[in-house]
Amino acid sequence: MADIKPRIKVPKTAKKGEVVEIKTLVSHVMESGQRKDAEGKTIPRKIINRFTCEFNGKPVCEMTLHPAISANPFISFFAKVEESGTFTFTWYDDDGSVYKAESKIDVTA
Amino acid sequence: MSTGTAATRRRMIEQVGAGVLAAGGLLLLAPRARADLVKAQKLMKELIGDRTPQEGKVRLEMPQIAENGQSVPLTAAVDSPMTPDNYCRVVHILADGNPEAGVCSFEFTPMSGRAEFSTRMRLAQTQNVWAVAEMSDGSVWMTKTEVKVTIGGCGG
Repeated sequence: MADIKPRIKVPKTAKKGEVVEIKTLVSHVMESGQRKDAEGKTIPRKIINRFTCEFNGKPVCEMTLHPAISANPFISFFAKVEESGTFTFTWYDDDGSVYKAESKIDVTA
Repeated sequence: MSTGTAATRRRMIEQVGAGVLAAGGLLLLAPRARADLVKAQKLMKELIGDRTPQEGKVRLEMPQIAENGQSVPLTAAVDSPMTPDNYCRVVHILADGNPEAGVCSFEFTPMSGRAEFSTRMRLAQTQNVWAVAEMSDGSVWMTKTEVKVTIGGCGG
């Protein structure tokens, strides 16, 4: 979908063994399924229900999201890097869509 | 003399009035609050089973007062060395005054390096937010924090 733009903040470089902070934000309505439209009909739920982060193919962390997470979900967390590589971020939508983003980091001894 | 009794009578009327208002307020609030609390307790049982959470190790940072319940920042952090044999496996966030008790579950690995994450959540009304941490050794820790909400955040 065109309106989904993940934004990622990962340091470009780090020292081996350093714990770096990662910030992510994706534009999404996160429709809770609790709201009603003007005619009183419930607006169906449509949220991002799962988020994962991998580094060089290995899982770093994973989040299960419920409708109580705000629109345009912001998630920040940490990762310990031992080698240069690529972070892969994936968001899973209720409607089956999958949004992906990547970010490289250079790790020096 | 007569002024004294008038003042007493006024005070009595005020007190009774306040009492009636307070009781009415409680009647209006109580059933919903209780139902949501039961939901949160039930969800916690589903998440951690029969284990009893201990106090400590997990911290939940949220504002005391949220003007807008649509987007309230939260940070959960757990005291853990995050080594392969001793790390925090997951932190569950629950809310005992929202239409649904679940907020999110954040699973860490030793690669996380630090057991801490931040996000933003919706709060329908003033309530307690719970953070429940499960460690790799199976122990469970929890904390609660109250957030007062001026404008609720569930649409409706």
